[in-house]
Amino acid sequence: MVKFIAGRLALAVLIMLGSAILSFSILTLAPGNAAEAILSAERADDPQLAEVESFMERHGLNNSRLIRLSQWLHMLSKGNFGISLRTGEPVAEEFRARFPATFELAASSMALAIIIALPFGVISAVKQNSILDNVIRFVALWGVSMPNFWLGLLLILCFGVILGWFPTYGSGSIVHLILPTITLGTSMTAILMRLQRASMLEVLNENYIRTARAKGLHEVLVIGKHAFKNTLIPVVTIIGMQFAHLLSGVVIVEQVFAWPGIGHFLVDSINARDYPVIQGFVLIIAFFFVLSNLIVDILYAFLDPRIRYGRTQ
Amino acid sequence: MLLHITNKKDRLAVLGMIILLLLTFIAILAPYIAPYDPVELNLTQRLLSPSIKHLLGTDSVGRDILSRIIYGTRISLMIAVIVVIIEVFFGVVVGTAAGYFGRAVDEIIMRLADILLAFPGIILALVIAGLLGSSIMNLIIALTSVGWVRYARVVRGSILSIKKEGFIESARAIGCSNLRIASRHILPNIISPVIVLATLNMGTIIISIAGLSFLGLGVQPPTPEWGIMLNEGKPFMESAPHLMIFPGLMIMITVLAFNFLGDGLRDILDMRINDIVEY
Repeated sequence: MVKFIAGRLALAVLIMLGSAILSFSILTLAPGNAAEAILSAERADDPQLAEVESFMERHGLNNSRLIRLSQWLHMLSKGNFGISLRTGEPVAEEFRARFPATFELAASSMALAIIIALPFGVISAVKQNSILDNVIRFVALWGVSMPNFWLGLLLILCFGVILGWFPTYGSGSIVHLILPTITLGTSMTAILMRLQRASMLEVLNENYIRTARAKGLHEVLVIGKHAFKNTLIPVVTIIGMQFAHLLSGVVIVEQVFAWPGIGHFLVDSINARDYPVIQGFVLIIAFFFVLSNLIVDILYAFLDPRIRYGRTQ
Repeated sequence: MLLHITNKKDRLAVLGMIILLLLTFIAILAPYIAPYDPVELNLTQRLLSPSIKHLLGTDSVGRDILSRIIYGTRISLMIAVIVVIIEVFFGVVVGTAAGYFGRAVDEIIMRLADILLAFPGIILALVIAGLLGSSIMNLIIALTSVGWVRYARVVRGSILSIKKEGFIESARAIGCSNLRIASRHILPNIISPVIVLATLNMGTIIISIAGLSFLGLGVQPPTPEWGIMLNEGKPFMESAPHLMIFPGLMIMITVLAFNFLGDGLRDILDMRINDIVEY
C-alpha cells in the first residue's frame, strides 16, 4: 500500500515537472517575436526596435532557452507563476480570483450529473433492453453528441429570451447558475449514465450476484448492496477524472454565458497574447488534473482490497 | 456486419452509416447541390426567415444559410478526416513502438503520453490554435498534437495483450511467416479498436472544430463553417433564431451519426466501454 502510494506520488511529481517544461515550450510556438507582439498589443502602432530590445532585456528574453527554462522552473518552485501583462497582477492571484466561479459551475454540474446519471444508469442496466432502457440509452447518446455551446445558446433562446425565466448571462445567484449548469452537466450526465449502465451490466453477470440470488436475497438488496457497491470503483474513477475535465470544459460554456471564471479569462488572454497568463493557467489546470488523478488512484487503492494488500497485476 | 442487422443496436449503427453516407455525398457534391454561393453577400436580402426561395433563410449579410451549411459539411468533414488520419498514423507508430519494444522504450513513451494527457485536450488545443494564429492548418496541428496519444495507448494495449495470447505462437508453430503473422494475426487485432476509437473520435473532433471556430480560434470567416455560423448568429438570436438553430442541428446530427456507428461497431467488435469513455 505504502509502496503503491509512493510510486504514484513519484509519478505525479514527474508528470508535473514534465508539464512545467511543456507549458514553457508552448510559448516557443508563437510565431514572430513575443516581445514585439506584446508591445504592439499594448499600443496601436508598431513598436520601435529599441523598445523591443529594452523589453527583451528587461524580461530576460535574450537569454538562451535553457536558462529561461531553469528560471521558469525556479520561479515555479517558489509558487510564482509570473505577472499578467494585461493587468499587472500576479498570475496565481488572477487564477485564485476566478477559480471560485468556475468551481461553483463545475461542482453544480457534477452534482446534477451524479443525481441523474447513477439511478438512471442502474435502472437502465437492471431493465436491460426494455423500452425504458432504450429511451435512457438514446438520451445518453444524444447527450454526448450535443455540442455544449449550441445547447447553451438554445437554453438561452428558450428560457432566457422567449420565456424570460432565467438571466442569459452573468453570475452571482442561483438563477444565474441554472442554465450554465444544465449546459455543462448534460454531456457529463450522459457519459456517467453510460458508464454506470455498462459497469452494472458487467457486475450483474458475476458469480457473487448469482450466489446472492441463489441464497434467496431480496432483489433490491442484490442490486443495491451487492451489485451497485461494486460498480462504484470504475464510476468513482471516472467522476474524479471527469471533474478535472469539467474544469476545462467550462471554457466554452463560460464564454457563452459570460461567466467570470478561469476559462473566460484564459480565452481573453489568448486573444490578447498575455503569455504569462496562458502559460500559468494551463500549468495550474494541468496540476489540478494530476492532483485529481492522484487522489483517484489513492482512493482506488482504499476501495479495492486487491490493491490495498499489494497484489497488483 | 449486415448479418447482425436484426439487432436493435446495429440498426442504429446502420442508420448512422446511412446518415454519414448522405453527408459525404453532400460534402463532395456541395457545388452542385448548393442553391447559392455560400460567401456571396446580398445586403438587400438580410435576415430573411426560411421561405421557398431560401429554404433555411438568410444570415445578417444576406448569405443563403442552406448553401453555407452544405459547404460547411465539406469543411467540417474534411478537417475531421485529415485530423483522424494524422492521429491514427502517429498513434499506431508510437503505440506499436511502445508495445513491441517494451521496457525502457515503453516506459519513456508512456510517461510522455501521461504528461500530454495531463493537459486537458481542449485547453491545449485552444492555446496552440490561439498562439499559432487562426487558420485551418493551425487548427489541424492543434487538434492532432493532442489527439494521437489516445490511439497510441489503445494500440500499445492491444499489442501487449496479443503478445500474451497463444495464437501468435500457434501460428508460428504451424509455420507462418513473420509477414503473415503480422498481417493476418497482429494487424486485425489492432485495427478493430482503432476503427472504433476513430469513429467515436470523429464526433469529438467535429465538436472541437466547431467549438474552436465558435471562439474565433479555428476556421476564419467568411469560410462557411458551422461554429462560425453559430457565433455570427448569436447576436440575432431574438430577431432571427434560425441563424443559430440550423448550424447547431447539423453539428448534432453529424456527431450523433458518428456515435451511432461507433457504438454499434464497438458492440459488434466487442470492446469495453472504458476504452472510449475517457475524454
